[in-house]
Amino acid sequence: MTTTAFRGQLEGRPRPAEAAVRLLFRVAAAATVVITIGIVLALVIPSIGFFAEVPIVEFLFGTRWAPRFADASFGVLPLVTATLWTTLIALLFAVPLGLGAAVLLSEYAHWRVRKVLKPVLEVLAGIPTVVYGYFAVQFIQATVLKDWLQLQTGSFSVLAAGFVMGVMIIPTIASISEDALSAVPNALRQGSAALGANRMQTTLRVIFPAAISGIVAAVILGVSRAVGETMIVALAAGQQARLVAGPLEAGQTMTAFIAQAALGDSVVGSLEYDTLFAVGLLLFIITLAVNFVSISIVRRVRKAY
Amino acid sequence: MVIHTAVRTGASLPDRPYGQLECEHVDVYYGSFRAVTDVSLPFGIHEVTALIGPSGCGKSTLLRSLNRMNDLIDGARVDGRVTFMGEDIYGKRVDAIEVRRRIGMVFQKPNPFPKSIYDNIAYGPRVNGMRVDDMGDLVEEALTKAALWDEVKDKLKQSALGLSGGQQQRLCIARTIAVKPDVILMDEPCSALDPIATAKIEDLMHELRDEYTIVIVTHNMQQAARVADRTAFFTAQVDETSGDRTGVLVEFGKTAQIFENPQDQRTEDYISGRFG
Repeated sequence: MTTTAFRGQLEGRPRPAEAAVRLLFRVAAAATVVITIGIVLALVIPSIGFFAEVPIVEFLFGTRWAPRFADASFGVLPLVTATLWTTLIALLFAVPLGLGAAVLLSEYAHWRVRKVLKPVLEVLAGIPTVVYGYFAVQFIQATVLKDWLQLQTGSFSVLAAGFVMGVMIIPTIASISEDALSAVPNALRQGSAALGANRMQTTLRVIFPAAISGIVAAVILGVSRAVGETMIVALAAGQQARLVAGPLEAGQTMTAFIAQAALGDSVVGSLEYDTLFAVGLLLFIITLAVNFVSISIVRRVRKAY
Repeated sequence: MVIHTAVRTGASLPDRPYGQLECEHVDVYYGSFRAVTDVSLPFGIHEVTALIGPSGCGKSTLLRSLNRMNDLIDGARVDGRVTFMGEDIYGKRVDAIEVRRRIGMVFQKPNPFPKSIYDNIAYGPRVNGMRVDDMGDLVEEALTKAALWDEVKDKLKQSALGLSGGQQQRLCIARTIAVKPDVILMDEPCSALDPIATAKIEDLMHELRDEYTIVIVTHNMQQAARVADRTAFFTAQVDETSGDRTGVLVEFGKTAQIFENPQDQRTEDYISGRFG
């Protein structure tokens, strides 16, 4: 056999489509990284100007937030307490209800029921948050809390805002944890049933632990949405920055402050303008921290078995 | 083809089994599809009964109806009677959960829970609220009976998912034993395993026969011959007018008789390799 005739046959031919597609994917991947870095820079650079004038300790631990007053004060704690209250209240409602709905849909409901219920649930996620905000102020705060329950509260409260925000994130938590529960192989359900476990035992002791990383991801997403939600809290929690000590009090959250300050009456480059970015950066760091902590919790839980 | 039959034949095996578990004219439907038609079959106490036959003959479907696992499938329905110790397990006041505690099941693919080896075994006794003096002893006993103790005794707290396929399947058997059932149903328990792991499980079945009634579905005729006291041969029957397929029982007898002296032409064709 002559080898000269074969020479070169194994050499690669140019594949332009392959190269183009690879380039496209590279651009897509790079874009997300560049945009993320851009956002961080946009937050960090104005914040540097801010922290040059306001000591970071005063910002983090000060208890009076009054950036527009003559005797300006930049203690961010009042905003943080309002955000914590609304977020915790939202999770208090959304986590049990969301997980309950997920378990019902995934483990108990007949497939015909599931086919109807799941889209209905997801419609809740499509309601604009401004609608939720008015619902919180007009109905929950004014009618339910004040008229019906006769509670001692003003026109706004973190309870009304938090509750409605909870309703808003139920579909997020329910839908993602339902996906996680449904993804657990049926073999585990059958194995559990064959040992004489009832459906609740199977769900709580086998399916839930097996789906825990997806469920935690759902809750994290819920937390992120609650921390970052703006319209509901701006409308229903109030616009007064003060330390919030109870659920019936009003208070301005970090996001509500940013929305208010960004409305346009502060001069670009002024200290007041830079506060916006300092608060935004803090919000970003809090969300990031929540994510990291949750991921490490999931890792530890999964190592346990 | 020469097939060596089970060790325990002849004198020690009664001519007619004492059926601890019994099917009487059982039909199994999935919606309007009749997967199994008119099966009457006794499963002898402390015997191994093998269900063999070609794919689609309804043997796995029949097996799942013996401990009401079919309840978990939408549209599945059983006609006729399945009795355990004389009680109809589909009776109005019967709780499927009680049935499954007494009639356990081992599946085709090993399905350990994503928990530790220890918790896999302890799960059944815990969910059943069994009164256990020392769970550690119970776990050891179950793993010993399943011939797995020596391999895992130093890593009981490790994930069961780290075990090999054969070890996982023996863990699933141990898990079943731990709730102290009377009957163990096995749905092709070795089909996902290599020959060495298969041999271990077959040895195990010989051991377990002394304490449990075992029903095994298998595709492997040599396996049926090696482990079973009695064998039931099923086939898929096609209705000539409608074209519907349904599983029927062709022949049931002592394993030696089924393999050495089949009475039905279809059985003979199947075991001699002319079909399926």
